[in-house]
Amino acid sequence: MSFREALESGKFLVTAEVGPGKGTDVEHLLKDAEMIKERVDAINVTDLQSSVMRLGSMAVCHMLVDMGIDPIFQVTCRDRNRLALQSDLLSAWVLGIRNMLALTGDHPTLGDHPTAKPVFDLDSVTLLEAIGTLNAGQDMAGNELKGVPDFLCGAVVNPGADNEAAMDLQIMKMEKKIEAGAKFFQTQGVYDLDAFEKFMKRVEGFGAKVLGGIILLKSVGMARYMNKNVAGVFVPEPFIQEMKEAEDKAQASKEIAVRLVKGMKDLCDGVHIMALGWESKIPPILDDVGL
Amino acid sequence: MIIAEQKTLAEIRDMVSPYRKILLAGCGTCTAFCSAGGSKEVDKLADALLSENKDIVIDKTTIPRQCATKFIDRLENKVGHCEAVLSMACGNGVQAVASRFPDKPVLPALNTQFIGVEKEPGVWTENCMACGDCILWRTGGICPVARCAKSLLNGACGGASEGRCEVSKDRPCAWQEIYHALKRLNMLHYLKEKPQVKDWPIHPGRVVREDLRDVEAT
Repeated sequence: MSFREALESGKFLVTAEVGPGKGTDVEHLLKDAEMIKERVDAINVTDLQSSVMRLGSMAVCHMLVDMGIDPIFQVTCRDRNRLALQSDLLSAWVLGIRNMLALTGDHPTLGDHPTAKPVFDLDSVTLLEAIGTLNAGQDMAGNELKGVPDFLCGAVVNPGADNEAAMDLQIMKMEKKIEAGAKFFQTQGVYDLDAFEKFMKRVEGFGAKVLGGIILLKSVGMARYMNKNVAGVFVPEPFIQEMKEAEDKAQASKEIAVRLVKGMKDLCDGVHIMALGWESKIPPILDDVGL
Repeated sequence: MIIAEQKTLAEIRDMVSPYRKILLAGCGTCTAFCSAGGSKEVDKLADALLSENKDIVIDKTTIPRQCATKFIDRLENKVGHCEAVLSMACGNGVQAVASRFPDKPVLPALNTQFIGVEKEPGVWTENCMACGDCILWRTGGICPVARCAKSLLNGACGGASEGRCEVSKDRPCAWQEIYHALKRLNMLHYLKEKPQVKDWPIHPGRVVREDLRDVEAT
C-alpha cells in the first residue's frame, strides 16, 4: 500500500525517518530502512538536517523507491531558490518519489557551514503553494508543464511552542499550510501527552492528518540537551528520572516510546518515529502496541 | 541611519601601508551618530596610526556627508595633497568619494553593517534591508524581511525558544514581536492574509523619477 493509500484508508499511520550522513556511505542507512520497511507506511529522508552538509535527500529517496519503500522527500527552503526547488521537485517525481514534506529549514548558522548564504526565497507555505501549482500543470511563473507531477504534500507543526504568541503563530501557519495543500502533518517530538491533547483539540476539524512526533530517548544527557537546545521539545522530569534509574537504558527508552505511541493512538492519526540510529528498536515498539 | 563599525587596526594598517601621506576623512552624519566615523573617531584613529608609524603624515578632515557631491567637493584641495584617502564613511560614502576622485585610492576604514537604530547605549540593531517593497503597514511596524533571520513573510518558523530567534538568544523572534504589535493594534487579521511571495529587487538598484528628469531637461 502506498503512503497515499494508507493515508486515505484512515488507518493509524506509522512513519519513520532516516538521515543521510556526511559522505557517500549509505550502507547503514539502507540497512536501517530495510529493517523497518515492512512496519511503516513511509520513511522520511531528511534534507541537510540541522543545516549540516550531507548526502542529499532526493538521491536517498530514490534508493528507497528501488527497495520498494515509499519515501517522503523532505524539502527545506534554506538552500534553494524557487527555480531550484521547482526543478528538484520535478526531478524527484521522475525518480519515482511521490510524497514530499515542506519545511522552512534551520538557519545555516546552526550547522557546520555557518557563514553560508541563507536562501529562504520561498517559505514552507509558499513552497506548498508552488507544489500545488506544479501538480496543477504549471510552474510559479504560469508556464505550462509538459508532464505533470502529483505529489502528496505534508508539512510540520510544533505543538510544543513555548508561549501563547508562538503557539498562535504555529496554528495560524498550520492553517495556511493546509490551505496551501498540506494533507498531513508530522509534529516535533512530543513527550507531554496532556499538552499534545490540548493541541489536538485546537486543531480539531482542520482536515489534515496529524502524525505525532516521537523521538526515541537514548540517554539522560540527550533529554537534557533537547530541553535546553531544541525548540518545542520538552522532556518532563519523570521521564528523565526513569532513564536515570534504568539499568537497561534501551529497554527504558522503548517503554517510554510504547507509552507515548499508545497515548497517541487515541489522540491523532498516526505517529512519526524519529529513532536517530536506533531503527532496530522500532519493530519491538510497534509489536508492543500492536501496530 | 547607516550603522558601521571600525575595521581592526591591523587591517587598516595593511591598507594604508603603501602610502606616506594620507587624508583621513570623517563623515558627519550616520557614521558620526553611531560613533564609528565622526570627527572624534577621526582623531582617535589618526593617533592610533601615528603611534605605530611616525613616518606617515595624516591630514584630518570631517565633512557633513560623504554621500553628497556638494560636500565631497570640499575635499578637493586636500585630496590633491595626499597619496590616498582613508574614509570613515559608510560604503556608500567611500564609493561616492572614489567616484569623485578617480585617480586617488579611497580606502574604507569602516565595515558598513546595516540600516538601523541605536537600541541602547552601545547596541545597534538592524531595521531595514531597503528591499524596495515596504510591508510595514501590515506587520505592526516591524519588518520581517530585515528582522527575521530567514526573512520569512508568512509567519514564524518553529525555531524560536522563549521568544528568542534560533540563530542567537540575543535576537528576539521578529514574528513574535509582530504578533504582539498587531494584537496591541487590533490588527491580528493581517497574519491570516493570503501568503506572499517576494519579488526580490535587482541589484544594482536604480530609481528613475521622470518628473524630475523632465524639469532638468527643460
